[in-house]
Amino acid sequence: MKGALKPEAAAAMIPEAASLMIGGFMAVGTPERMIDAIVARGVGGLTVIANDTAMPGRGIGKLISAGLVRHVIASHIGLNPETQAKMISGEITCELVPQGTLIERIRAGGMGLGGVLTPTGLGTEVEEGKQVVTVEGNRFLVETPLKADFALIGAWQADYVGNLSYMLTAHNFNPIIALAGRTVIAEADSIVPVGVIPPDAVKTPGVLVDHLLIRAA
Amino acid sequence: MMDAKELIARRVAREIRPGTLVNLGIGLPSMVATFVPSDLGVYFQAENGVIGLGARPPEGMEECRLTDAGGGFVSAVPGAASIDSAMSFGLIRGGHLDMTVLGGLQIDESGHLANWKVPGKMVPGMGGAMDLVTGAARVVVAMQHSAKGQSKIVARCTLPLTALRRVDLVVTDLAVIEPTATGLILRERAPGVSVDDIRAATDAALVIPVDVPEMILA
Repeated sequence: MKGALKPEAAAAMIPEAASLMIGGFMAVGTPERMIDAIVARGVGGLTVIANDTAMPGRGIGKLISAGLVRHVIASHIGLNPETQAKMISGEITCELVPQGTLIERIRAGGMGLGGVLTPTGLGTEVEEGKQVVTVEGNRFLVETPLKADFALIGAWQADYVGNLSYMLTAHNFNPIIALAGRTVIAEADSIVPVGVIPPDAVKTPGVLVDHLLIRAA
Repeated sequence: MMDAKELIARRVAREIRPGTLVNLGIGLPSMVATFVPSDLGVYFQAENGVIGLGARPPEGMEECRLTDAGGGFVSAVPGAASIDSAMSFGLIRGGHLDMTVLGGLQIDESGHLANWKVPGKMVPGMGGAMDLVTGAARVVVAMQHSAKGQSKIVARCTLPLTALRRVDLVVTDLAVIEPTATGLILRERAPGVSVDDIRAATDAALVIPVDVPEMILA
């Protein structure tokens, strides 16, 4: 952990056309202050890898509305009409991936695996162009690993060394993307002294976290 | 006369066995929980990360980090657990989920489900649907029998399939249909609906047993 950054300093690290994995499910567990700082910086051509693109005005929806996103890899964009409209107009390209496959591709990327074998998608459009292998008599699709330049995490508590814990349904993609971003930036609802998060409650060890955002004002 | 969606939800509720783990899709399938007795020992999973989903909290007591897969506020029951997305889909894909209830756009004579895309019109993404249909021990489809005057039960799906797996049961506002290796078997009629009504509203071949009883609702 390299210290606590103001959101604008964290956003300044993100270059044009960077790839971002962003935690959250319909914006629950999304680092909103980090998103706001990226919108303020206005850095464009981004690739976003996330479960969904939330809705206009919340979470990743703010990046979409600001026109900063060029490519989306997600499982669901149905609740954000702007993403759909921009996909139809060609402003955004979109790769739709089954949710369980998406999280496992990210996990594979973060855990040093060469890919995932999954039955999900066999015999559907998802199979097109992909290798199919048979293991112990069962057929599986070969799905490739995913990594990104940055992982942007929304946590509940962080301590001074960057250990993170999450609350309720705000876990979602966050603990998994923490391994798959080359630079990991975490925004927590509160920052607490070391020891307040018991070791058994740490879901993302601080050694994975490069930067924390400073506490909310 | 009961609203069609409520009728479907009440019939599906009777499929839920005690002590099981069940995932309800967003929309109509979510209504099913309302009609499941709380002492049945059922845990509802929401794929965004909770086992033991509970009813919407009292007004003003919502927690913004406790939502269902549609983003709506929920509560949690005693024994609930919060999990990340890898665990959530490990439960689904790994055969640990006893049952899922999903909406549908089309069901065909092979029991194939299409429910995620209308090419050129609606491309929301499959979300968790493909994993759910592939991995759940039992797949129940809850949908209206027809949409815009067109049967949603067809000889062969014209919309993109959700999975190759044959679903286990289809509950509509007219009928309960069981897809099998030998075709779609008509199991039950909605109250006041005749076998001929169902046949006339269905664009697929139905296998019709001698006795087709009326649905019993929860």
